[in-house]
Amino acid sequence: MSKEIIKIEDLKREFTMGNETVHALKGISFTIKEGEFVTIMGSSGSGKSTLLNILGCLDRPTSGTYEIDGLKLKDLDKNALATIRNEKIGFIFQSYNLLARTSALENVELPLLYNSKVSTEERRARAIKALEKVGLGDRMQHTPSQLSGGQQQRVAIARSLVNNPVMILADEATGNLDTRTSYEIMSLFQELNQQGITITFVTHEPDIASFSNRTIVLKDGSIIKDNLNHKIQSAATELASLPTEDN
Amino acid sequence: MRLLNLIKIAFKAIVLNKMRTLLTMLGIIIGVASVIAMLAIGEGSKESIRTTISAMGSNMITIRPGADDRGPARGSGGDVQTLTLKNYEVLKEQAALLSYITPVVNGGGQIINGSNNWPSTIYGVNPDYLNIKVVDLQSGSMFTNAEVKSASKVAVIGQTVVDNVFPDGQEPVGQMIRFNNIPFKVIGVLEEKGENTFGQDQDDVVIAPYTTVQKRILAIDYLNQIMASAVSEDDAPDAVTEVTQILRTQHKLMDNEDDDFSVRSMEELISTFSSTSEMLTILLVAVASISLLIGGIGIMNIMYVSVKERTKEIGLRMAVGGKGSDILMQFLIEAILISITGGLLGVILGLGSTVFIEKFLHWPTSVALYSIVISFAVCAITGIFFGWYPARKAAALDPITALRYE
Repeated sequence: MSKEIIKIEDLKREFTMGNETVHALKGISFTIKEGEFVTIMGSSGSGKSTLLNILGCLDRPTSGTYEIDGLKLKDLDKNALATIRNEKIGFIFQSYNLLARTSALENVELPLLYNSKVSTEERRARAIKALEKVGLGDRMQHTPSQLSGGQQQRVAIARSLVNNPVMILADEATGNLDTRTSYEIMSLFQELNQQGITITFVTHEPDIASFSNRTIVLKDGSIIKDNLNHKIQSAATELASLPTEDN
Repeated sequence: MRLLNLIKIAFKAIVLNKMRTLLTMLGIIIGVASVIAMLAIGEGSKESIRTTISAMGSNMITIRPGADDRGPARGSGGDVQTLTLKNYEVLKEQAALLSYITPVVNGGGQIINGSNNWPSTIYGVNPDYLNIKVVDLQSGSMFTNAEVKSASKVAVIGQTVVDNVFPDGQEPVGQMIRFNNIPFKVIGVLEEKGENTFGQDQDDVVIAPYTTVQKRILAIDYLNQIMASAVSEDDAPDAVTEVTQILRTQHKLMDNEDDDFSVRSMEELISTFSSTSEMLTILLVAVASISLLIGGIGIMNIMYVSVKERTKEIGLRMAVGGKGSDILMQFLIEAILISITGGLLGVILGLGSTVFIEKFLHWPTSVALYSIVISFAVCAITGIFFGWYPARKAAALDPITALRYE
């Protein structure tokens, strides 16, 4: 029995807009275990962004419980949430969100700057290791504008890995990339997952979901499907089968 | 450790936006520099006034007949004939704090030399006069006490008089001139002093023994005033008191009677002029402070825009674990770095321009340490205050909203 990284029970999130109350999440429960690669799917308005914000400790549920790595989040204040984000979660965004005019290395170092337990030397060493892991060992001094979209997303992945999080949270991480590059990125995710890293991936592309080992589908704030994927596609194989570009 | 990281982050943000930072600093730089330069000019002119006045004889004491005319109207002092030669003699004998003393009688008249004539004023004094007024002769000599005693018709004249009655460049010493038809022999020419601070031509004078002026020209036996100089500038106020005491006794005034004369030292004049230039300084500083304030608002402007522009970045920093306080500190440190660097550059520029003004415009300047301290402190405070508000705004951002901000 592997460790439970995320445990959600009867999670509800309501927004009040004027006199109306919008029920974005209507009581959701699930558990993500260590080493899982979960995709959360759903059309827009299904509540997946709200769920992602809560999973990422950027937002708090109206009711229900949320535990990450054995920590109950219910009564934590803003600063404690920031610390959890800093130490337990690695974020990856659709639009990469790298700091402009800042080298890849410094971008990757960013989360560790907010962790006073990490020394300058250790910070640098860990950032270099993370960049090597995503295959950018030779691009460390490049700024985002000198990197391709795929490379920028790799920098972002390295940034999410640098704090040794219990879980990587990706929000449409391949949404801005072409098919080939997104398969490359997915193959990187699969590689990382095989090394034991837990990944939660929010997407609306079904082919991306086929690379994960579990898919949760949301609709109107409720889970309508929660399947284990028995025939996981290998992104590396898919990539090889793509017609070669003539360049 | 954490603070050090934040300083690094803030420093990086400043370096990444060199141009913007420089333009922001410019406001602060100019503000601080102008406060320092303006104060230096103000202080300098104050000092120069003091020097001018002491060149005129800052320990000079004037005794005039008539009551102190600073109060409600009491009639012109000149009309009263309360000062006598006897008063002068007693003062000369008894006042220990006076080093020089001379009776003064004066009157206007026409100076004639051949076909040239010129209206001027004749002052009847004794030889102490030169020491009291701190003036020398450029040629010839001063009359002696003996010549005073014998009421000799000798005169020492100022440069303006020379220029007007000896227009051909004749040597005036040894020549005869006539003042109101009384012939005088010119025995000396006063050193040129130019206009004094009040715009009076100090060279437009004829100086003669008071005995001569009293008897031959004015036909009076009283004195228009008595001039004296105190032993030192510091002793001037005490000397005034001493003179007052002696004269009150002389004039047999009762305790409840007002003085029928007035004694004044230059000290009052100095303070009047100092306060005028103080006003000027305050005015200059007010103007400079406004530019300092505008510099501060410049910082606020830039910080505000910078927060808006970097909303997404703030969201990211929060997502990867930056706390609100970290964001606040980052922006605050940025503001502090900008205002302190700007302040330092401003001090340098201020000192530089002061030197420039002194060297090339020949204005008297004097840099006061307090002006550096105050302007620097004000710049730091405005910078920090105006940086704090946008920084707090940044810290209060909701990470989700910030991340989605476009």
